[in-house]
Amino acid sequence: MADTFALKVVTPERVFFEGDVEMLEFNTTEGEIGIFRNHVPMTVIVAPGVMVMTLPEGEKKAALHAGFVEILQDRVTVLAELIEWPDEIDLDRAESAGQRARERIAARGDDVDLDRAEAALKRSIARIQALK
Amino acid sequence: MASMRDIKRRKSSIESTQQITKAMKLVATVKLQRAKQRAERSKYYFNAVYDTVTSILARAGGVEHPWLQAGREGKKAVIMITSNKGLAGGYNSNITKMITRNPDFTKDNTTIYAIGKKGKDACVRAGYPIMKDYSEAIEEPAYQDGMKITKELLAAFEAGEIAEIWLAYTFFKNTVSHVPTLMKLLPVDMEAAKQNEDEEESAAKPEKREADAPMNFEPEDEEALNLIIPKYISSLIYGALISAQASENGARMQAMDNATNNASEMIDHLALLYNRARQGKITTELTEIIAGADAIS
Repeated sequence: MADTFALKVVTPERVFFEGDVEMLEFNTTEGEIGIFRNHVPMTVIVAPGVMVMTLPEGEKKAALHAGFVEILQDRVTVLAELIEWPDEIDLDRAESAGQRARERIAARGDDVDLDRAEAALKRSIARIQALK
Repeated sequence: MASMRDIKRRKSSIESTQQITKAMKLVATVKLQRAKQRAERSKYYFNAVYDTVTSILARAGGVEHPWLQAGREGKKAVIMITSNKGLAGGYNSNITKMITRNPDFTKDNTTIYAIGKKGKDACVRAGYPIMKDYSEAIEEPAYQDGMKITKELLAAFEAGEIAEIWLAYTFFKNTVSHVPTLMKLLPVDMEAAKQNEDEEESAAKPEKREADAPMNFEPEDEEALNLIIPKYISSLIYGALISAQASENGARMQAMDNATNNASEMIDHLALLYNRARQGKITTELTEIIAGADAIS
């Protein structure tokens, strides 16, 4: 059995997850990252995407949208501004939000806030992937 | 001496006021419990954010960054967190006084971002310009509110409209002690951040997290600052909202408790006056009857 490390996922409003995991994967601003026990201490910034927690009894997914992660050798703290379990996600809403964002980006009008549309699109993609 | 009827009327009026203050105290107590729980749940997040930011700042000495440079010319923005409703003792006036009686914050160099109607109204009366009003945020503080306010303030800061950002709120120390607090958010005062760390640790952090191996940052420090400082400020604003909400209900609970006690005192006093008046009346009547009986015999 692989070594585990203590993972704590907290948001300003609640403790989202607390427990031992074998591996943690998520997106950072610098690219995807996978963490095992005894990782080099590091602080990274989250980019929207799916966070996969590999527990001894199986995988758990969540849609992680923003925040940062503090990685220490035997424990990892995810400081999430916005994170959702798959069962908290409304697929229809995510899809229609993604559709709207795509249209806004395609239109590229002067009144379109491109950064915002892109962020909305990324959020919707992360949500849809977390459900799969 | 007031007549018996007047005293009786006054007493029953105070009794009904007392019932209202008693009910308000109970409501405030329940709300306080909820706000306290919320503060408890979010504590870990803030401590972790705070630790990360201070550790970056400690290493980022000499970094040229607009968010870290003090001494710019321009207006001071004050985020003033008060309540939408009154009857909370000195809660609201303590916060407004902190600004309006402060020689550093004059009407000309200050602009107010109000959260809470009472503070806003007081500032309007004192002649301070109100930039924005986020009063609905204090009813049900959400982290999104903190993010929204941060975004607008940072935009104004970068556009040069404001040079400093301050936060005025009531720190919830415990149920009976609420401290009006004024803190500077931007530019980040690096020396003060380091000094405050020790104080806030003892106040807000029961378990100190031990330092492990040296921390790496990805992306590099400066970029990390760009991304983390808005999160840091959002979480400070959200933390202040929660703390202020707890303080508000604590203050209201105390104010209403005092009001209930004062009402009890007044009722006791009036009961005494009423009984005296009644006794006086009986005595007068008796004297009259006896005098009348004497006159006949």
